[in-house]
Amino acid sequence: MARLNINGKTVDVNAEPDTPLLWVIREQVGLTGTKYGCGIAQCGACSVHINGNVVRSCGMPLSSVSATDRIVTIEGLSPTSSHPVQKAWAELDVPQCGYCQSGQIMAAASLLGKTANPTDAQIDEAMTNICRCGTYQRIRAAVHLAAGNKSAATSIEEQFQIKA
Amino acid sequence: MRTKTTGHAPDLSRRRFMLTTAAAGGGLALGLNLPFGPAATRAQASVGTTPEVNAWVVIQPDDVVIVRVARSEMGQGTMTGLAQLVAEELECKWSNVRAEMVTPGQNLARKRVWGDMATGGSRGIRGSEDYVRRGGAAARIMLLQAAADEWKVPVGELAVSDGVIRHAASNRSTTYGKVAAAAAKLTPPDPKTIKLKDPKSWKIAGKPVKRLDTAPKLNGSKVYAIDLKLPGMLNAAVKQCEVFGGKLVSFDEAKISNMPGVRRAVKVDDATVAVLADTWWHAKKALDALPIKWDEGESANVTSAQIAEHLKTGLTSNDAFADTSVGDVQKALAAAPKKVEAVYSTPFLSHATMEPMNCTAKVSADRAEAWVPTQNGEQALAALSEISGIPLAQCEVYKMDPGGGFGRRVTIPDYVRMATSIAKQMPGIPIKMIWSREEDQTHCFYRPISQCRLQGGIDENGNLTALQIRVSGQSINAFSNPGAIKAGKDQRQLQGLWKEPGDAQFGYSVPNLSIEYAMRNTHVPVGPWRGVNTNQNAVYIECFLDECAKAAGKDPLEFRRALMKSHPKHLGVLNAVAQAAGWGKPLPNGVYRGIAQHMGYASYSAAVAEVSVSSKGEVKIHRLVVATDSGHYVNPNQIAAQVDGAVAMGLSAAFHNEITIDKGRVVETNYDKYPVLRLREMPKVESVLAPTYDFWGGVGEPTICVISPAVMNAIFAATGKPVHSLPMKNMKLV
Repeated sequence: MARLNINGKTVDVNAEPDTPLLWVIREQVGLTGTKYGCGIAQCGACSVHINGNVVRSCGMPLSSVSATDRIVTIEGLSPTSSHPVQKAWAELDVPQCGYCQSGQIMAAASLLGKTANPTDAQIDEAMTNICRCGTYQRIRAAVHLAAGNKSAATSIEEQFQIKA
Repeated sequence: MRTKTTGHAPDLSRRRFMLTTAAAGGGLALGLNLPFGPAATRAQASVGTTPEVNAWVVIQPDDVVIVRVARSEMGQGTMTGLAQLVAEELECKWSNVRAEMVTPGQNLARKRVWGDMATGGSRGIRGSEDYVRRGGAAARIMLLQAAADEWKVPVGELAVSDGVIRHAASNRSTTYGKVAAAAAKLTPPDPKTIKLKDPKSWKIAGKPVKRLDTAPKLNGSKVYAIDLKLPGMLNAAVKQCEVFGGKLVSFDEAKISNMPGVRRAVKVDDATVAVLADTWWHAKKALDALPIKWDEGESANVTSAQIAEHLKTGLTSNDAFADTSVGDVQKALAAAPKKVEAVYSTPFLSHATMEPMNCTAKVSADRAEAWVPTQNGEQALAALSEISGIPLAQCEVYKMDPGGGFGRRVTIPDYVRMATSIAKQMPGIPIKMIWSREEDQTHCFYRPISQCRLQGGIDENGNLTALQIRVSGQSINAFSNPGAIKAGKDQRQLQGLWKEPGDAQFGYSVPNLSIEYAMRNTHVPVGPWRGVNTNQNAVYIECFLDECAKAAGKDPLEFRRALMKSHPKHLGVLNAVAQAAGWGKPLPNGVYRGIAQHMGYASYSAAVAEVSVSSKGEVKIHRLVVATDSGHYVNPNQIAAQVDGAVAMGLSAAFHNEITIDKGRVVETNYDKYPVLRLREMPKVESVLAPTYDFWGGVGEPTICVISPAVMNAIFAATGKPVHSLPMKNMKLV
């Protein structure tokens, strides 16, 4: 039995100490917004926050997390889906299949928590999660939009031109 | 037009999931007993008890319009696009529109009223636009008639916009929601008598409206198949023989039976074993510990080097099928003052969808159900019935929006068969089978490997007078659809090089032209991969043309234009991209351009890449301009998103990705060895729509094939050294 603090709530879970936090979150706690993608901390679909830092939960055993660590999953980012990152993602219609987007949003929220107005280079550095649909251009624009950097945030209308 | 996405956007797939979950657990059967059967011709609306106006449209008393969608939504935006087309003809208010997926069982029970549900070949919109628009128009006609009947006025005196019906003479108005119930009782008009709107007059379709399905993707609430929770459910992890064609001999269940949570180990099929446990993590751990004996079979020593040698024999063999033969290529080549020759190669590729293959199935004595992330719901239903032995009418598939498809989930429902086989051995218990990433990477239907030998003859004036293209490689049809190969002629592998117009036509006229295919199959399973064979063939022809242009001393754009006089649409999109990119205008020092065009899925695509190559051979892509002529277009916002996706997947393939074979099995087992493009590598993409409004082309797949050759040609311009083999990580570029 282990005690966790997830999304501000104390949760007791019954899992072996070597169980990856990802599977504790998904199968014991029942929060499935955090996704399995690779199991080797490569793709970032499993990204959550621990004490404000983004971590890849598939590579983190339960034993490495203590009851005082504040774990935040996508479900806990905002009670009303109104975190600036979520709003920017909605504004720019970022997701395609959406499977990686929980992780992308958690990575972006962590970045903005540390760097309020990141440059493109800082976005490159921080946003290393895989999106197989290729939403990267909109992710970049949405991070800028969430940071309030409207000149760098390409709008939907600026994503294309029509030459009839 | 929908201007913002709220937190209350519809999540009908989740609602359906909840209903069916209840059905599976407690016999409430709400989701399953919706009266879709032919006896009850009016289906129950999703919320409340509103009857449908017709198969495509349900309108609630509060004017919410539910549009039924049959094609799968895996991120490509088809659900929103189809809803736009119905809403356009319906003349309803876009902000009132919700979309709802129908199930394969409902479609079957209603004699396929929703048509083909398969979502591949970029046919989601172009393959259903006509009947969904007629469905929307028919509903509008019935709604107007219902209002006219109520007011006892001629229907011709009514006007409608945004779902509000007005009778000017009597100054009366009503809404669709108020007359929907009466409309539902009317005889539908003959679809053939319906006159559809001119797309140039569209107000909802053709506009960059936002997707209908975004909100639940932003807060973790969207339920993918991998997220399903059903009462009493067990989780399954599976392992297939690593060598394709190998067999399962035995496994020692006793060795794992005491591990936490483990219930059973079962044989799934001739080559697959599963471990069932309370959680997937427990199942996976036990599977890794399970002693398994395999018979790896005759391919256990095959290597990529052997496969390459096998393909090489097809470059010069006498067993090729000539799809195009114009003039006398051999004679013209021999007579040409300049001759260019090159051999290109492209590797096997996996789809690497972010959501790995998974399926949940429940099989009882007289009913089988499956929850499937599929591009092909009806095929999944057939597989469920076949493997469970339960008649089709007693089976149902709940399509879950896949976390990526790219062709992996359309041709062969291998994962549905496996989950069903396991569930059949555990009657009444829902089984959620999830493949590990390693299982997914090593048991794909890979993009087929191929090589291509090209020879070009150039006359004194720098014109291409002879061109021979010989493709040698594996055949998708030979693997999965041998009936499509007529008299040994497998045209599919020459996709994009076809002489026939309409779908994937070769865009150049050369007086002496030969295009041939020599089939060289391997033991590796192959299938469609976004863009399918246009990917390889566009690399071959477009890069070789730049080699010929250089030999001819011509600009690559001008060299192409001279060959394209009989292909105005190919030329039109090429010109559009050249103009948008500023072809010929000065570039910063060290930056070079490359251009490519190709046709596939009835659409025309072209790209210009601007790249620089460092002295160490590092490539930087500064800009990609991509033009598309899909004839008509339904949502430029989503087309731009699909173009972004084509660039990302195309560049992954160009630089990083290959599936290689050693000891008969796949070497690249996870993203560490199969690195997908990441954000820092994504160039600026400019998407140009160049519609000609006289046909319906696809969008999801056509563009990807021009990305690699445009970049490869820019690298050739920068280095003077042509790139002949992908991925470029293996090449010394300078």
